[in-house]
Amino acid sequence: MGENKIIAYVRNFRFKDHSLGMAFIILVIIATIVGWPNFLKVRNLTNILRQISYTGIISLGMTLIIISGGIDLSVGSMTAFVGGISIFFLNLFGPTSTMGIVLTFLFALVFGSFCGALNGIMVAKFKMAPFIVTLGTMSIFRSLIQYFSNAGTILSVNMGYGTLGSSSILGLPTPVWFFVIVGIILHVLLNHTSFGRYICATGSNEQVAKYSAINVAVIKFFPYVITGFTVGITAIMWSSRLNCINPSDCAGYEMDAIAAAVIGGTLMSGGKGSIIGTMMGAVMLGIINNMLVMGGISAFLQQAVKGFVIIVAVLLQYNNGNK
Amino acid sequence: MSERATLLELEGIIKEFSSVRVLDRVSFSIQEGEIMGLIGENGAGKSTLIKIICGIYQKTDGVIRLGGKVTEIPDYITAKSLGIGIVPQEFNLINYLTVYENIFLGSELHKGLLLDKSAMRKEAEAQLKLLKMPLDVNRMVSDLSVAEKQMVEIAKAMILDARILIFDEPTTTLTAVEIQTLFDLMRKLKQKGVTILFVSHKLQEILTICDRVTVLRDGKLVSVDQVKGLSSQILAKKMVGRDFNQVFPDKIDSTGKELILEVENLCSGSLLKDVSFFLRKGEILGFAGLVGAGRTETMEALMGLRKAEKGAVRIEGKPVRIRSAKDAVRHGLGYISEDRQGKGVVMNYDIPKNISLISLKEKYLKCGLIEKAKEAQAAEHYMKEFRIVAASKKSQLRFFSGGNQQKVYLSRWMDTDPKILILDEPTRGIDINSKKEIYEFIHRLAEEQISCIIVSSEMEEIIGMCDRVYVMREGRVAGCLEKNQVSEENIVFQATGIKRV
Repeated sequence: MGENKIIAYVRNFRFKDHSLGMAFIILVIIATIVGWPNFLKVRNLTNILRQISYTGIISLGMTLIIISGGIDLSVGSMTAFVGGISIFFLNLFGPTSTMGIVLTFLFALVFGSFCGALNGIMVAKFKMAPFIVTLGTMSIFRSLIQYFSNAGTILSVNMGYGTLGSSSILGLPTPVWFFVIVGIILHVLLNHTSFGRYICATGSNEQVAKYSAINVAVIKFFPYVITGFTVGITAIMWSSRLNCINPSDCAGYEMDAIAAAVIGGTLMSGGKGSIIGTMMGAVMLGIINNMLVMGGISAFLQQAVKGFVIIVAVLLQYNNGNK
Repeated sequence: MSERATLLELEGIIKEFSSVRVLDRVSFSIQEGEIMGLIGENGAGKSTLIKIICGIYQKTDGVIRLGGKVTEIPDYITAKSLGIGIVPQEFNLINYLTVYENIFLGSELHKGLLLDKSAMRKEAEAQLKLLKMPLDVNRMVSDLSVAEKQMVEIAKAMILDARILIFDEPTTTLTAVEIQTLFDLMRKLKQKGVTILFVSHKLQEILTICDRVTVLRDGKLVSVDQVKGLSSQILAKKMVGRDFNQVFPDKIDSTGKELILEVENLCSGSLLKDVSFFLRKGEILGFAGLVGAGRTETMEALMGLRKAEKGAVRIEGKPVRIRSAKDAVRHGLGYISEDRQGKGVVMNYDIPKNISLISLKEKYLKCGLIEKAKEAQAAEHYMKEFRIVAASKKSQLRFFSGGNQQKVYLSRWMDTDPKILILDEPTRGIDINSKKEIYEFIHRLAEEQISCIIVSSEMEEIIGMCDRVYVMREGRVAGCLEKNQVSEENIVFQATGIKRV
């Protein structure tokens, strides 16, 4: 029986259905060859994972927003804003204690969710275009943190804060753990709960959702809150890594987050997507970057390659959608 | 009638969608300067056929000859250049452009690199004048009435010197007067030597305007006849393939049964004015009226999908407040929208996901997680009960025919265990067999004491299915017809307020 199942699986295996996995494997093989022997070293691999985890965590929330039919351009500014305000909070309430760090973490999660909720309310309740709303808040968050910091670096005075950012658990950097854990939680949320089902339905066709007794406003609201929550995590991980925040930090995070989702197969028009895909997309972006660095290619060209990969991913989506 | 040259000839046209044959070896020809009717039930393949002629779909097999030459029409642009124009059922006009800009959309006139607006204005004016259409070319399309928009569509097709003009069910949204104007125009075009293919499922119109008529049924050609000497009875029989009354099950008498739903003085903006009606247990109630009379709006207001300023609703005698669709579902109401693709099924969902969409929280959750096995089981149950034909229950709804989509949509609402099911245009755009199945299903529901409301623009459907019929006119209930009062004449009278001559 087991053998038959395997045969049936092989027989029904269609490359089209597994194009992302295939691309992933091919990319790893290329990277292994190009970067031999350094690519496969544990240190390099954990480094890649660490690098992608900051925007990777946000891309998980972003995936839900895009599936629901929206977009969030403000996540980069929001990360700097939440990170900066959180360091103020830390310096004020827990400049010396470990407890202060814990409280600051919780504060960042709540504050991040709050910022996300602002976007969410405007999109869901006031029915404004997500692109415009988050373009506006992107400016607002950035401007506010520049104002509060007097355009200078915001330093943490808590000595323990910096160790959080560079810490590892069981050999994996802490932000990578968050990336994986949040990924698993949101995967279950998306695929195994009614909320996830409703997000897809709303993104696919809002009218259908409305006529199926789904509270569309609520469904459109929460992805922004969840994304704000993931921004809170990244804000802490990033600012504690450097023990400070520069008001110009994290610019362009929104592009990486959107790119990871798109490469992972999430439809920009909404209605369809996968968290696992986004996680793979984020890792693939990291591998490509790593490969370019190891190949000695100018850092200035890396963004061009990233852009190219995104365009190819969308092109593949478009072709599949038309079949 | 004199023998004219053959302009367009179709031979053995076959069209398959994912191996389902929707057109089966259809052959007929259209002569120069005639008005050819194309008639058939919903799902007979009319739209598919004209889309092939216009290059929007590609035929699977067969030959198209234009003026005697074998012609391939790979896309709509080619069709336009060959002199084939279409006045589509759903208008393809840009609301925020003016009349002349729409007329020249896609074939703009240029002066150097820039648009030559004054020339376009002038030509558009000349074209409209030629067609005797009293329309200002500078008006915004968003300000036009439906009939005026149609004029723009016709002018748009004619500006390219179309030799063949296809009208796809043009009269669906027009009033009686507007239909007369349209027919006058078609006759004028015919005099100018334009060949017209007139697609409709309204027998009387075909008999009025056409020279010859082609009948399609279930994707096959039934006949091509001269209209002279045809009667609507003969035509109907050809179209349906059997006598009409066989389609409908026997009526159910529900007189004297207790009331399950009472609606009083429902008001919503300017669309609904003091709508009151009641529904008995196990009754099949009809709602008739013209397009825009407020039938759909009434149902949406009842379902909490549309704001109602005023109105009392009682279910089984108890007053209820319905503020959202969720409330409506909780009170045992179900509503199948007329817009199946826009408001009904989720196209990229498979069958189980579509069916459980409303009942998900009540039936398929365990510790907050979806029980997918149970969901799949329910889907299989409904597939059997409604004879839903699909490659697999995992296939996405966008690959389904209208009839099968509708059955999945019905299943979704049945899964909420409704006491009252409202069906808005339940058989629009589906084939005759699915139609019959849906009628039988509604009948079965009524026998099981579930009350049904049918909102329909198809007279036969209302007359064939309903025991009692409310007729709406301009947002009000114009009257209620019972039993043997339910007739086409009475409905039209109530719907228009004009006695037929």
